[in-house]
Amino acid sequence: MLDQLSWKVGGQQGEGVESTGETFAIALNRQGYYVYSFRHFSSRIKGGHSNDKVRVSLQQFRAAADYTDVLLAFDQESIDLNVGEVRQGGIVIADAKFNPTAPDHVRLFTVPLTKLAEEAGSAIMKNMVSLGASACVLGLPIDIFKEVVEERFSRKGQKIVDQNMLAIQSGFNYIKELGGQDPEFALKPADGTRRLFMMGNDAISLGAMAAGARVMAAYPITPASDVMEYLIKKFPKVGGVVVQTEDEIAAMTMTIGAAYGGARALTATSGPGLSLMMEAIGLSGMTETPVVIVDTQRGGPSTGLPTKQEQSDMLAALFGTHGEIPKIVLNPATPEECFYMMGDAFNLAEQYQCPVIVMTDLQLSLSKQTTEPLKLESVRIDRGDLADKNAVESAAAGEFKRYELTDSGISPRVFPGTKGGLHHVTGVEHMETGRPNETAPNRKKMMEKRMRKLHGVEFPFSVERTGDEQPDILLVGVGSNIGAIGEAMGRLKADGLKVAHVQVRALLPFPTNLLQNAIQDAKQVVVVENNATGQLRNLMSFFNVHHDRISNLLKYDGTPFLPVEIYRYCKELV
Amino acid sequence: MATVKDFRNDIRPNWCPGCGDFSVQASIQRALAAMGKEPHEVAIISGIGCSGRISGYINTYGFHGVHGRSLPTAQGVKLANRNLTVIASGGDGDGFGIGLNHFMHAVRRNMDITYIVMDNQIYGLTKGQHSPTSAHGFKAKTTPEGNIENALVPTQIALAAGIGFLGQGFSSDVNQLVSLIQQGIQYKGFALINVFSPCVTYNKINTYDWYREHVYNLDNVPDYDPTDRAAAMKMVIETHGLCTGLIYKDESRVAYEDQVPGYAANPLVDEDLHLDAKVFEEAIREFA
Repeated sequence: MLDQLSWKVGGQQGEGVESTGETFAIALNRQGYYVYSFRHFSSRIKGGHSNDKVRVSLQQFRAAADYTDVLLAFDQESIDLNVGEVRQGGIVIADAKFNPTAPDHVRLFTVPLTKLAEEAGSAIMKNMVSLGASACVLGLPIDIFKEVVEERFSRKGQKIVDQNMLAIQSGFNYIKELGGQDPEFALKPADGTRRLFMMGNDAISLGAMAAGARVMAAYPITPASDVMEYLIKKFPKVGGVVVQTEDEIAAMTMTIGAAYGGARALTATSGPGLSLMMEAIGLSGMTETPVVIVDTQRGGPSTGLPTKQEQSDMLAALFGTHGEIPKIVLNPATPEECFYMMGDAFNLAEQYQCPVIVMTDLQLSLSKQTTEPLKLESVRIDRGDLADKNAVESAAAGEFKRYELTDSGISPRVFPGTKGGLHHVTGVEHMETGRPNETAPNRKKMMEKRMRKLHGVEFPFSVERTGDEQPDILLVGVGSNIGAIGEAMGRLKADGLKVAHVQVRALLPFPTNLLQNAIQDAKQVVVVENNATGQLRNLMSFFNVHHDRISNLLKYDGTPFLPVEIYRYCKELV
Repeated sequence: MATVKDFRNDIRPNWCPGCGDFSVQASIQRALAAMGKEPHEVAIISGIGCSGRISGYINTYGFHGVHGRSLPTAQGVKLANRNLTVIASGGDGDGFGIGLNHFMHAVRRNMDITYIVMDNQIYGLTKGQHSPTSAHGFKAKTTPEGNIENALVPTQIALAAGIGFLGQGFSSDVNQLVSLIQQGIQYKGFALINVFSPCVTYNKINTYDWYREHVYNLDNVPDYDPTDRAAAMKMVIETHGLCTGLIYKDESRVAYEDQVPGYAANPLVDEDLHLDAKVFEEAIREFA
């Protein structure tokens, strides 16, 4: 019996691959398994190979498995492209329609998916037949799909629901008759605990809403669009508004306008959009307007790899505006962190009155995974230093000093509409009142005021260290690589090595001291990241984090790290 | 009640003596006072250039942003506080060069904002390059042999994009301009008031005298019907975009913010940000 399973469905894009994978994943998540799914797709609507790899286990994993136990193929290409990772003795279930062939190391079950679907009512249900076939191989009762099928199709009537269940049953029966039920592939039963199943983008959206965001302005881009699509559905319930703007520049400047106006406002984009927003991000820094920008990284540069994994916007996020502004960059690693960190992002933006960039990556943004309960009551709302409205209104006439020079560098805000709070805001260098002033002494004072806000700040959550003291190997990672790193660590430990892991959760203000302390007792440090130049590694050098045996494990082919890749690299090091 | 004086501050504009923008500034101040607005009820959002400075010269809330982006910024402000009178303002380069895309989409979106453009057919603050509204043949620093590009006609673009309120003024006719600004602010939707606002330093062609000779004042056309879109377009074409006054008004359009499903009736800035636990639970259930 298996205590974890790696299942993959492949076919032409638009052929129902995604819905097959999702139905399978949701059904198993509801049985109490931990599920992690990763979608491989191309930047086109129909045609082209896509697949959905689903890992099911009795314990939490945050990465896809190295291998595949069961491959469900809707076309020969799906076999050719993926059979290499099907383990020795693994199973391929393929549609009889294309006379499938598979190499000797796997067991091939040819099922007339389309024919059985037609017999059940419609050819469109071939994915249901294939799910039934999968269930049989894995020793799962077909009842586990019933709830999902009902949710999907009950709108269309009981007949459709029944037909789909019949299709599942016929796939199940067909494999059973072929003798495909094999105790070796049977999944150990789970405890039935129902947990959430969501992707990073879902958690980002929920987190923004829980944090009080009520205005979003954004331009569609993969893999960020889900955030605006979700909030467009939900904001009517909370009185908010989402504007699909004409471009990313409008999205950023509209977000700034809304934040200046007193709302909690956000935008979400990916690398190319972030580049377009840079001028306005500088404006946000200069005018001390708190905004939250979600950057769901994908493969760059230019249009690059729009549907593939990469973590190559780090330098852009940290250094990418002209001039110098205070800025905060947060890096959640899991849906849970996405949710809570959006709360932090809005609080920090308003506390420090500066832009906050929340960086995710495609793997985190789009991978649906089992997620622990999210607690609304843990989301705190702190709007930072707001001037007392009554005091402002009753103050003697005179200009409100929006950019008052304070020890902290943070000046109380008033929102437009407040009587007695009139002031000017400008991207031009300005005085305490907001009026333009280019004199050298004023420039120096105001520059120092802005820089003072984050000077010396290190957020305690920026660095989390787990694992052994004085490790042989310490792995440093950011974003979704937490999953593959954690798993590689487990295997290295099983080999008798001492290992530790440091997850970086905020890149700006850069946690120099925290990171230095976290890595210094390690014999070797490996920085694991999805880019070609070692951006995180270079940032560590730039910000004076030192270690005399530090190396970089890089992956920039558009696919996320597999645990085995990290494991092998480390084994060669020691 | 606030008077014109309340909309003044003590900042001396860095505009050249005789600049048309002074009249625009004064007209906005007069219009706001005449409408009974209080300074704190108004936010002026501007772009970059000589004209972009206007947000600092009027005693209201003001936001001077980045080049060409006053409109999206202003729309954001309006969304956060629908009770504010939001005026976006800037020049022809700001609005019809770098910001033309935003202009077209602001027209399409139709938020309740008044957009006042100071059109002088040249780039002043960068010292005399041609602008998107400079005429064909116009000589400027970047067109020493004469402009080989055609001029955009803002009023024509606005009508083509489907604008609901379109006025055009001239800095020499302050009474007309004040009236247009008032009507624009009263209009529940996006209003453009394009103002011929001569640059006395760099534009030696489109001077006050030139405009006086060339503008065609619709106030003097008794049978002109500003609710007839086809007539408005015909007028704009026939006058090469040089007609002044109320060119077009469509009362049937509904402002964006009045169409957003579920959008709070109160300004968002006054709303409690805490999420209703029931709404959250409902949302979470979809992922269970």
